[in-house]
Amino acid sequence: MITKRIIPCLDVRDGRVVKGVNFEGLNDVSDPVKLAEYYSENGADELVFYDITASAEERNIFTDILKEAASKIFIPLTVGGGIRTIDDFDRVLKCGADKVSVNSGAIANPRLIEEAARKYGDQCVVLSADVKRVDGYFRVFAKGGRVDTGIDALKWIKDGVDMGAGEIVLNSIDTDGVKKGFDIEMLDAVSSLVDVPVIASGGAGCADDFTVLFKTLPKVDAGLAASIFHFGEVSIRELKNELAKEGITVRR
Amino acid sequence: MIGIVDYGVGNLFSLQSSFKMIGQDAVVTGDAKVLAQSDRIILPGVGAFEDAAAKLRETGMADAVLNEAEKGKPLMGICLGMQLLFEKSFEYGEHEGLGLISGNVTDLRKDIPDSLKVPHIGWNSLSFKKETPLFKYIKEGDFVYFVHSFYATECSDAILATAEYGTEVTAAVCRDNVYGCQFHPEKSGRVGLDILRAFCELQEE
Repeated sequence: MITKRIIPCLDVRDGRVVKGVNFEGLNDVSDPVKLAEYYSENGADELVFYDITASAEERNIFTDILKEAASKIFIPLTVGGGIRTIDDFDRVLKCGADKVSVNSGAIANPRLIEEAARKYGDQCVVLSADVKRVDGYFRVFAKGGRVDTGIDALKWIKDGVDMGAGEIVLNSIDTDGVKKGFDIEMLDAVSSLVDVPVIASGGAGCADDFTVLFKTLPKVDAGLAASIFHFGEVSIRELKNELAKEGITVRR
Repeated sequence: MIGIVDYGVGNLFSLQSSFKMIGQDAVVTGDAKVLAQSDRIILPGVGAFEDAAAKLRETGMADAVLNEAEKGKPLMGICLGMQLLFEKSFEYGEHEGLGLISGNVTDLRKDIPDSLKVPHIGWNSLSFKKETPLFKYIKEGDFVYFVHSFYATECSDAILATAEYGTEVTAAVCRDNVYGCQFHPEKSGRVGLDILRAFCELQEE
């Protein structure tokens, strides 16, 4: 059977991984290529590179880093951040990305999902949504979670899948950074709604949070996190041993 | 030298990088002469069967690949490249493949329970069906990375390994010097690189 996936996310700005890292044996802990290699060697099933640069110049630095990482790691690689056009898809796919994640760019132009899916296949298009509860409804936020779009999240995600998104990354702003576990209620609503893989993001604080996630919601396919892996609070290898003990299928 | 067949389908960056990683010289080429000089050949591919089969023929690469396979040179198709080795595909119609291995390519959806998602995407483990030098560095149960919606059927004689996904999904095949992997060795971590390493050590038949 297909395994549950554990995915570290690397936020890259100006050529460095943004969230501080601290690993034994890794001298330059904020070097994205070295960190990617480390994760690839230590049990990560997939990696996400997130470009949080602002200028075109920095974008070129990101692209070079991506290319270097893709020439050294041999697990699936998803790239997101600043993807607004088909040219952006083309740029990162040529550098070795396997999947491209869209967020604000798709909110500004939903047809981007459709066009990209037609050109590269559904499996290549990941819809990443930052979602927060507002007046009892799940609402989509844009610009890194800063702007309330007023769009209903469940409708947006359903429409995104209908347009060709092959995978959903659901980032709960409500649980993000709190480290008390994934947003089970929100993930339940989304994973019951669509039949493409759903990746849980936001809220993981310990290995047990992943166990709870996969046991409570068997339909969720993967768990994504950044700082708990970067800071070494959770080791992917140990996490996978824990999951296996609980009867959850993982790749070891 | 390894010749990676370029016929305008898919991104060959990772594949080329993975050979570099295991210390092998690999060229991406659409030139039959370069393929003739290669010791072994990789036929990659992503996307739709019909389109890929047409491009393979239009670029003259279909004949080139058949010629080299005929000489006994080790050839490996990857993902759609593996599917192209078969006689026919029923992906949106009926389309002819290279016919190097007996069997057809059919819709996975029809053979698995509705509760399972298609495409079959992710890490799945291999069950070995036959001994092969291709797996000499890996072990049964090792995980590899799949992304596909169609799969090879009616090819039981050729099957080297399968993966369980509501049915026994054909994962790797072989007939003489012609090999195929439905999964992506270039995206399957160490296990994948070990398969490519073993492929690079195969001798001409």
